[in-house]
Amino acid sequence: MKRVSYDVVILGGGPAGLAAATKLAKSGLKVLLIENRKHLGGIPVQCIHTGFGLLYFKRDVAGTEFAQELVDMFLSTEADYMVKAHVTEIREKSHGVYELFAITRSGVCRIESKGLIYAAGARERSIFEIWVTGERPEGVYTAGEAQALMDLYGIMPGRDVVIIGSGDVGLIMARRFAVEGANVKAVVEIMPYPGGLIRNVVWCLQDFNIPLLLSHMVRRIEGRSRVEKVVVCRVDEDLNPIPGSEFELKCDTVIVSAGLRPDVDLLAKLGVELEPTTGGPVVNDLLEASKPRLHVAGNALLINDLVDYAVEQGEWAAEGLLERLNEKEVYKAGIKVKVGEGLRFVVPHYISGLRDVTFYMRAQKPMNDVVLEVDEIGFQVELYKARPAEIIRIKIPVRALARSKEVGTITFNARST
Amino acid sequence: MVLRVIIVGAGVIGASIAYVFSTIKNVEVIVVEKEPDVCWGVSKANTGIIHPGHEEDPRAHPLRAKLCVEGNKIWREWSSLMNIPFEERGELMIFTTLEERREALKYVEFAKLNNVPGVSLLEGQEVLMLERGVAPSVLGAVYAKTAGIISPFEATITLIENSVANGAKLLVNTEVKRIIIENGEVRGVETNRGIIDGDVVVNAAGLYSDKLAHTAGVELDFKIRPRRGQYIVFERDVEPKPRVILHTTPTPLTKGVYVVTTVHGNLLIGPTAEDLDYDEKENTATTETGLEQLIKEASKIYRIPPRSKVIRFFSGLRPEPPDGNWLIKAYDDPWGLISVAGIRSPGLTAAPAIAYYVKEIVEEVFDLKFEGKEEIKVIKSMERMAEKSYKEIDKLIRQNPDYGEVVCYCNVVSKAEVLEALRRTLEIGAVPTIDGVKFRTTAGFGRCQGSKCRINVAQIISEVTGKPLHAVMWRRSPIGIGDVKVLLRQEI
Ligand SMILES: Cc1cc2nc3c(=O)[nH]c(=O)nc-3n(C[C@H](O)[C@H](O)[C@H](O)COP(=O)(O)OP(=O)(O)OC[C@H]3O[C@@H](n4cnc5c(N)ncnc54)[C@H](O)[C@@H]3O)c2cc1C
Ligand SMILES: Cc1cc2nc3c(=O)[nH]c(=O)nc-3n(C[C@H](O)[C@H](O)[C@H](O)COP(=O)(O)OP(=O)(O)OC[C@H]3O[C@@H](n4cnc5c(N)ncnc54)[C@H](O)[C@@H]3O)c2cc1C
Repeated sequence: MKRVSYDVVILGGGPAGLAAATKLAKSGLKVLLIENRKHLGGIPVQCIHTGFGLLYFKRDVAGTEFAQELVDMFLSTEADYMVKAHVTEIREKSHGVYELFAITRSGVCRIESKGLIYAAGARERSIFEIWVTGERPEGVYTAGEAQALMDLYGIMPGRDVVIIGSGDVGLIMARRFAVEGANVKAVVEIMPYPGGLIRNVVWCLQDFNIPLLLSHMVRRIEGRSRVEKVVVCRVDEDLNPIPGSEFELKCDTVIVSAGLRPDVDLLAKLGVELEPTTGGPVVNDLLEASKPRLHVAGNALLINDLVDYAVEQGEWAAEGLLERLNEKEVYKAGIKVKVGEGLRFVVPHYISGLRDVTFYMRAQKPMNDVVLEVDEIGFQVELYKARPAEIIRIKIPVRALARSKEVGTITFNARST
Repeated sequence: MVLRVIIVGAGVIGASIAYVFSTIKNVEVIVVEKEPDVCWGVSKANTGIIHPGHEEDPRAHPLRAKLCVEGNKIWREWSSLMNIPFEERGELMIFTTLEERREALKYVEFAKLNNVPGVSLLEGQEVLMLERGVAPSVLGAVYAKTAGIISPFEATITLIENSVANGAKLLVNTEVKRIIIENGEVRGVETNRGIIDGDVVVNAAGLYSDKLAHTAGVELDFKIRPRRGQYIVFERDVEPKPRVILHTTPTPLTKGVYVVTTVHGNLLIGPTAEDLDYDEKENTATTETGLEQLIKEASKIYRIPPRSKVIRFFSGLRPEPPDGNWLIKAYDDPWGLISVAGIRSPGLTAAPAIAYYVKEIVEEVFDLKFEGKEEIKVIKSMERMAEKSYKEIDKLIRQNPDYGEVVCYCNVVSKAEVLEALRRTLEIGAVPTIDGVKFRTTAGFGRCQGSKCRINVAQIISEVTGKPLHAVMWRRSPIGIGDVKVLLRQEI
C-alpha cells in the first residue's frame, strides 16, 4: 500500500474543493486534492447553461466555463491532485490528524494529513425516497444523471418527459429537454409555489410552453418495460392527495428532481455531528465540523443554489483551516446560532463573536416585505422578499456579533411586516 | 444413448435441476429462458430465507415439509462448494399476543414431526438476550437455529454457471410456446426462435408453469394465482440491524412479516401477501397501502428506521398453486414430461432437494438408471472487492489496475468486477444488461440507485459488446433513445 503525507487534503474536486485547494496551495502548504470522477470541476462540468459566476467572477458564464476557470486557477498552483481516486474511509489518527484511504488505479493509497477540507458535494434524492410507488420500469432518471447522459455522453434519455420537482435543477432540465426536441409533458410540484427562481420559471417553462402543475404529486409510475405513464393527483394544504383528482400523463421518461442532500456518509462514519435540517454537519464560524481541523464547504455543507456560494465556502473553509493550523489550543466558538421564526436553517451553527460571519439561511415559505432580526444583538435588515428557492446570505460584522458573547446565543427570525 | 433434457425456466428451480442433471453421464441439458438473462422471475424478488422447515405442516403438505428440511441441508454444501453467499443466522418467530403464542406453539410441534433440529420456545426477556433491538413488549418467540439467509440471484446465477461449465446449454430470449407431444411422447418444445428437440421436458416456468402444462394437455385444472409480496429496503448504515432473522407470527389473519439484514448488509422488511387475479402474472407494482402496512407490522417487533433511510421498494409474486401444493410429477403419458410447477415458498429453500427428487422420479417413472460424471467442474460465485481488506484490495489492483477504478461509489464496485460479470454473462450465453451487472456485482444497488454509476456500467458494456452507448440495454430497453446530435438532425 502506498503511503503519502500532506499538510492538508481536500476531498472533492468540485467548485468548493477547487477554491479551497487553490487558497491553501497559495499559502505555501503541501496540498493534495482528491476527486473520484475522471475530471476535475464537479457538477458544473455537466451544466452547459449559463447562470454561473455572477457573484464570484462578476460575469454570467456557463457551468463548463466556470469550472474551467476554477480548474485553471487550481492548476496554476503547486498543489497535487488525483482524479479517478475514490475515498472510501476517513480515520482520525490523533487530534486533528486524519488518514484517508483512496482506491486508485495504482493501488490503495493511504494518505495522512494534518487537516482536511471535506467538499464531496451532494447526492440526489431517488424516486423511492419521495415514496412514488407503482411499477419500476426503465426510464426513471434523476436530473443529474439525465444531465450527465445528455451533456457529457451525448445520449438523449427520452422523448416524452415528465419532471418531478420544480427546483432550479428541474426547471433547467425541462428547458434542456425542450431545446433538444423532447416533449416535456409537465413539471409536477407538490408545493403551492415553484421551488426554483421565478426567472427560471419564465425562461425555462413559460418560454417553452411547458405546464407547471403546482400542488400536484406523482403518485404512481406505470410501465412494463419502459415507462408508459405516470398517475398524477392534486394535493390539499397538508400535501395529502385529494381523492378523485387523479389523472394520467403518458410519457416514456420520468426525471426526478426532488432535491439534493449533502453527501456526508464518510463524515457520519467518522462520528461527525450532523444536523437534520441541512443534512450536513454542524459547523462553527471557521466552517469546522465537530472534529478538529475538519472543515466542510459547498454542497456537502448545505445545498447551495448558487455555485458562487460553494466557492465562497471553499475559500472560507481554507482560511479557517489555515487559522486552526497555526494555533494550539481548542478553538472556542461557543455562541449557539438558533433558528427562530420563518426559517428552515441557519449556517454556521456556532460562532465565536471574534470575526465577521456570513450566514446562509433558507426561508420556510415565500414572504414579502420581510424583516430579518437577531434580537440578542439588536441586528435588523429588511428584505424586499424571501423565497425558499433562494438562499438568504447575510454578512454580519464582528462589532455586532461581539455583543452576543454575554448572552451565549443568537436567534434569527424572519417576519413578514 | 444420450438423453436430451429441456428445462423450461432459469429460475432457482430450473437452475438447480440443470445443475443436478449436468452432473449425470449421458444427459444433455438445455435450459430455455424467455428473458435475456437468468433469474429475472420469482427467484429474483423474495426474502432470501433458507427456512428450517418447522413452518411446514407435515399433514397438509408432506412433500413441502420433507424437501424444505432437506434443501436447508443441501444449500450448505452447495454454497460452500460454489462460494454462494449464505449465512446461518437463526430465526425468531416473535409473538406479541396470546393468540399468536398459540399459533407459534404449533410450529414447535411441526418441528418435532419434521425432524427439524434446534427449535425451541423462548419467553419474554430471553428473546431480547438473543437480539437486542427487538421491541421490549414482545411476549416471546420460537427460535430456530438452522434458518439461514442467501442471495437468491447469486445462487441462481452460480448454479447456471456451474451447469454450463458441466456441459449444459442456456438459450435466453427464447420463449416456449408449446410442448410438442407426438404419439404420447414428448418430442421437444416450440419456441419463438424455432423448435428444440428433446426426450424429456421439465416445466419449471414459475408463474407460467400452469399455462405451459396446459399446452401439453395435462393438469387442465391446475391454475396458478399470483400472490404479491412487497418489500422495503433500507440503507446499510441504519441502526439497529438484526443479526438474527426476525418475523412476526403468521396467524390465519396476518401473514408473517420479516425483518432481516440481507447478505449484503441492508435492512429488509417484507413481504405483504396479496392475492391478485390469475392473469396478473406481471403485476409487481408496489402500493402505498402495502408499504404502510409493512412498516406497521414490522414496527410491532423491531425499531424501523425513518423513511428517509429507504433506498428502494420492490415486490415479487408467489406462484400460488391450488391448496398450496407443489406439483412435482413425472408423467408416463405423455412420456417424458415433468412438471415442477407452482413452486411457492419455501421453494428457494427446497430447490436443491427438489432437483434431486426430480432426478429420482425421472429414474423411477422413465425406468432409467443414472450414473454420475467422474469429474465435475466447479465455478465459484463472484467475489466482492468491497468485502476485502485494504491490503487485499491493494494486491488485486497491482495484479489488475481495473480493480482500482471504482465505478459504483455507494457500494464500492470496481471496473474489474463489472468486466468479470460481463465475461461470466457472455460465458453462459446470456445478454449483458445494466440490470444483469447490478445483480452480479451490486453496482446500482446502493443508495443512489444507480444515478451515479449507471453510465459508468453502460460505458463498460459498450466497450465490451461494441454497441453504441445509447443502445446498451438497461433491462429490456436501451438506456437512451439516441445520440442528441443525431436527434437534432432528425435522422431517427
Ligand atoms: C442540474 C444543476 C444545475 C445547476 N445550475 C446552477 C446554476 O445555473 N448556477 C449556479 O450557480 N449553480 C448551479 N448549480 C449548483 C452548483 O452546481 C453547485 O452549487 C456546485 O456544484 C457545488 O459545488 P461542490 O464543490 O460543493 O460540489 P460538486 O460540484 O458536487 O463537487 C464535489 C466533487 O466531489 C467528488 N467526490 C464526492 N465524493 C468523493 C469521494 N468519496 N472521493 C473522491 N471524490 C469525491 C464528486 O465526484 C464531485 O466531483 C446547479 C446544479 C445542478 C445539479
Ligand atoms: C414474496 C416472496 C417471498 C418468498 N420468500 C421465500 C423465502 O424466503 N424462502 C424460500 O425458500 N422461498 C421463498 N419464496 C419462494 C421462492 O422465491 C420460489 O419458490 C422460487 O423462486 C420459485 O422459483 P422458480 O424457478 O419456480 O420460478 P422463477 O424464478 O419464476 O423461474 C421461472 C422462469 O421461467 C421463465 N419462463 C416462464 N415461462 C417461460 C416460457 N414459456 N419459456 C421460457 N421461459 C419461461 C421465467 O422467465 C423465469 O425466469 C418467496 C416467494 C415470493 C414471491
